[in-house]
Amino acid sequence: MYQYTQEQLDSMKKVEASRKERLENLHARMTADEKTAVLKEFHPDYIEGAYETLKIGPNKGEKVLHELADLLQGKSRIDSLKYDLTKPDYDVDVLVIGGGGAGSSAAVTAHANGANVMIVTKLRIGDANSMMAEGGIQAADKPNDSPARHYLDAFGGGHFAAKPCLLEKLVKEAPDAIRWLNELGVMFDKAEDGTMITTHGGGTSRKRMHACKDYSGAEIMRTLRDEVLNRGIPVVDFTAAVEIIKDENGKAAGALLVNMETGEVLVAKAKTVIIATGGAGRLHYQGFPTSNHYGATADGLVLAYRAGAKLLYADTLQYHPTGAAEPTQIYGALVTEKVRSLGAQLVNKDGKPFVYSLETRDVTASTIIRECKGRGNGVKTTDGEGVWLDTPMIEIIGGEGTIEKRIPAMMRMFGKYGIDIRKEPILIYPTLHYQNGGIDINADGETTNVENLFVAGEAVGGIHGRNRLMGNSLLDIIVFGRNAGKYASAKVKEGITVGKLTLDHVKAFEQERKDAGITSDILSPKLLPDYTRKDM
Amino acid sequence: MEKMVNVYFFGKKYEVPESLTIMKAMEYAGYKLIRGCGCRNGFCGACATLYRIKGQTELRTCLACQQQVEEGMYVATLPFFPLVKQVYDIEKVKPTEQIMMQLYPEIYSCIGCNACTKACPQSLKTMQYIAYAQRGEYDKCAEESFDCVMCGICSSRCPAGISHPQVAILARRLYGKYIAPKSEHLYERVAEINEGKHDESMSEIMNKSLEEQKALYNSRDIEK
Repeated sequence: MYQYTQEQLDSMKKVEASRKERLENLHARMTADEKTAVLKEFHPDYIEGAYETLKIGPNKGEKVLHELADLLQGKSRIDSLKYDLTKPDYDVDVLVIGGGGAGSSAAVTAHANGANVMIVTKLRIGDANSMMAEGGIQAADKPNDSPARHYLDAFGGGHFAAKPCLLEKLVKEAPDAIRWLNELGVMFDKAEDGTMITTHGGGTSRKRMHACKDYSGAEIMRTLRDEVLNRGIPVVDFTAAVEIIKDENGKAAGALLVNMETGEVLVAKAKTVIIATGGAGRLHYQGFPTSNHYGATADGLVLAYRAGAKLLYADTLQYHPTGAAEPTQIYGALVTEKVRSLGAQLVNKDGKPFVYSLETRDVTASTIIRECKGRGNGVKTTDGEGVWLDTPMIEIIGGEGTIEKRIPAMMRMFGKYGIDIRKEPILIYPTLHYQNGGIDINADGETTNVENLFVAGEAVGGIHGRNRLMGNSLLDIIVFGRNAGKYASAKVKEGITVGKLTLDHVKAFEQERKDAGITSDILSPKLLPDYTRKDM
Repeated sequence: MEKMVNVYFFGKKYEVPESLTIMKAMEYAGYKLIRGCGCRNGFCGACATLYRIKGQTELRTCLACQQQVEEGMYVATLPFFPLVKQVYDIEKVKPTEQIMMQLYPEIYSCIGCNACTKACPQSLKTMQYIAYAQRGEYDKCAEESFDCVMCGICSSRCPAGISHPQVAILARRLYGKYIAPKSEHLYERVAEINEGKHDESMSEIMNKSLEEQKALYNSRDIEK
């Protein structure tokens, strides 16, 4: 059971004391200038020392975080592997790398389109950030809302940097994505007459957050997984892709695979390849804890980069404002934004609110960091410091039982440590949550410069610009997963002749490394983080 | 110096800091996990775990990422359990009692021992939701099983060989697709978009200059 420190207990009393007044007087929203100022001073994306310039590859000359640079410019694993590209172990139409929500949506769609499709994933199907998304999925399907409004919210929230053709697709296909999921059997929260129960997320101008309690991602992911299995789509699990294979004409034509447990090397030949490998939280950029799953190590970015695909906005990451700061056992775990959607406020050690609860994530996270590092108003925790998220307000605003009904996972997560979030506020601090940038694609989901190589989900860059709104990621894995599945299988139907398979581009990349004087022997893709004790 | 406790992974003793979860304690002991580790946040069910405290008879269950270590804990992980997953076409099945009889007839062999409920690391009323499934009450089965992470511990304890998580997901999909009320506003919006009714408003906003877009964004009205 968690034991609060005396300082935490004293501070909690101040939170309780100010609750009534805070219920009546909401903190003001920030102006555009105030937002820019706090981002520049406190957002981790603006810490120059954390970045370095890429020396080689398609994005040479651009800056990325050290941890990513090490992997993008890392050493291929192929030198230590024995393989024969002339005898593929698998020969399919569409190869999907990654078994999360994007990969599964892509596979189901390609299969429905008649393609022979296979999923390869380094852990199990469903071991993915999709499974962990709690709060919800956006779609403008209410009468007072529209795709154009959704576009403006997301475009502004992403600092007007999104690729318009991608964001347009995201918002226009959002309602159909919800329909598709609902018809697969996903249980959305609905009123008795069938109206979707929707709430705000940070930066939304209409209540368009659809949810499945606070198991939104889990409900979507387990349904998609069930559908993949019902369709008999082969899932090669515990098998990682370590390189994209090309054909002699420079087109993507498969992947080199390694069994995570036995080390067996396998060759998969394919007419089109979809990278759906997800995010990078487990790289722990700038030392942040993360809300991500165990395998979130940016593998797809490395595979694509070495194959010659360009990255977009790889320098920008999302730090979710509310990661658990106590108890230490769940340090960095996601506390869904829905907690704030339902009325909980952010409060400092003196019980004072310091930000409107539903600013965009980058702005909110920056104000929390400012409150702790800049103003000394944080509460000391086991792993550092944090501020309060005043969860008991939810029961006051929504009525008794709201927490159990709407955010049962949160109640359970803290309940395991004896913290009743219906009665006590919780301590939170920003946690590394999402890779805003990724691989550059066109509206068909294909990379802009490697033919037959498609990307979907968190591995894509440019859909959200430089910051993503809550609920637009679950949406993008479905919209762009289906999109990639559709176009990758359509291209197969049109006719693709795969030439002789080759990994010459990997050898050329190794030469580029040498020429640039890069001598590091860090192997990439990373595949899994290493959390074993280092002082043994 | 942090307080240490003795735990036993697969019978072998390790001394680990008391503050750690079972998963982090295994890593502290030197295990580099491949199986039995997924989301690390209690959502994916990869780290199903059984344990017994030295001197006690009760067999306990948990998710390794969600459970703190204790002195004398004997731990065995269950990274995979052979659940029976029947294949069906969601477009063709109907939410009747017959479908459960067809696909998962073993649920009618439930002997009512309640071992599944006792074993659930999510504290679900597992036997109860199986009872609902037996009666074709898929709405109740769906609601009662909603927080299932499909770890499979329930099935490992079942003398009747029931694959509870698979029964539950069938019930939830049947409920979500066929029983839950239809969202008319959703279908109306999808139709409008397909008919091109939102094309003009979309291109209007997309064709504005950046300055105009910024001004619109900063002055947009926000629903209360």
